[in-house]
Amino acid sequence: MRIVLPNSAHLQNLAGFIRKYDPNAGANLNIRLDKRWIHVHPFALAMTACAGALARQRGQETRGHVPKINSVRYLLRMKLFEYVALNPRIEITEHEESGRFIPITQIRTNEELRDAITNLIPLLHAPANVADPIKYVFSEMVRNVLEHAQSPVGAFVCAQYYRQEDRLSIGIADAGIGILQSIRRSHAAEHDQAAIALALRPGITGATKRIGGTETNAGAGLFFTKSIAALSRNFFALYSGNALYKLLRTREGQAPRVNADPADDRHNFTGNLPRWQGTVVGINVSVGGGKAFADLLSDIRKAYRIDVKHQSKQYYKKIRFIA
Amino acid sequence: MKVSIRGTTGEFAEDKDAAARMRTESIEPALDRGESVTLDFSGVRLTTQSFIHALISGPLRKHGESALEHLEFKSCSKLVRGIVETVVQYSLETIDEP
Repeated sequence: MRIVLPNSAHLQNLAGFIRKYDPNAGANLNIRLDKRWIHVHPFALAMTACAGALARQRGQETRGHVPKINSVRYLLRMKLFEYVALNPRIEITEHEESGRFIPITQIRTNEELRDAITNLIPLLHAPANVADPIKYVFSEMVRNVLEHAQSPVGAFVCAQYYRQEDRLSIGIADAGIGILQSIRRSHAAEHDQAAIALALRPGITGATKRIGGTETNAGAGLFFTKSIAALSRNFFALYSGNALYKLLRTREGQAPRVNADPADDRHNFTGNLPRWQGTVVGINVSVGGGKAFADLLSDIRKAYRIDVKHQSKQYYKKIRFIA
Repeated sequence: MKVSIRGTTGEFAEDKDAAARMRTESIEPALDRGESVTLDFSGVRLTTQSFIHALISGPLRKHGESALEHLEFKSCSKLVRGIVETVVQYSLETIDEP
């Protein structure tokens, strides 16, 4: 397997990073790092760490050369080299990571997820409008991995907070069965792209054929996560098998909206990519602009549409909320 | 019957397993007996759709719209309220036909 960390890999230019990934490049893990600088989305970091952990678990060697560039300090503080067995050849003074990022963290159990939410996210020292979307996305996406993915190395998560832009970038990766196999447990999907399109629709889960899910699984985690990005005018990316779905930003002057069918979103699908055995999710969320996270989640209800008969009835108006 | 959510989950109610336990051990038995249940969200600042789904979707589908007559949602923040509304709406939309 070979992974190349280029000087730029963000959700808007992700396909270039993925195309350089080669799952068939030898029996070991080869990591190549750009020799000038490396500025990549948590999507790429989580995926690289996941590959590193998988190689270690399989007893494979990790090979590569770490250049002497400033970006390596950032990769070191993000704890990439705890999972990718390369010598960074520099040392840094460890101190609390306040305010900028949440380092790469491996999560294999519900307890580790709780610990990450309780202990890691507060390191950002961020107000609720920043911390809440991270908590929400970490919880929903990691629970998806723990429940459905059968990933031998669990989930890898990390996040970057761009304070000046009021933007969060979050990445989650696993090396599990992938969306196609997961969805096929209950639904017909011919290929990765079809499975991703189904998984992004609310109410569809591999756990049951029933639209709307089971008592414990609604099949809506990916839909909500995509919607959070859409309503904050941002990117969302989902890569599994050989397909990449990318939600594009809403054009200036247009009201952001979400759709139950991902095909109705402003998006692109890229197929025939190198096969990632598992799933990687990347999301950007704008946390400024006056739109509270609570408003954003309320807006999702308006878009949550399942193809069923009773749709016209407004059941939610009959709920008894008391002070 | 009153079920305190924060007492089990803390201020971020996201543990689906905990939600399922509250559903099977408290909410469903009370509703089956025809009793009312107050779900107290005092002190819960944030929750997830998955948590609320695991908490109430089953009883809503079992008892249908009438479950809403026996369920109260206390001290919900705007965020919790929005997610409860979403889950109630789609759970009853996808109810099995008799």
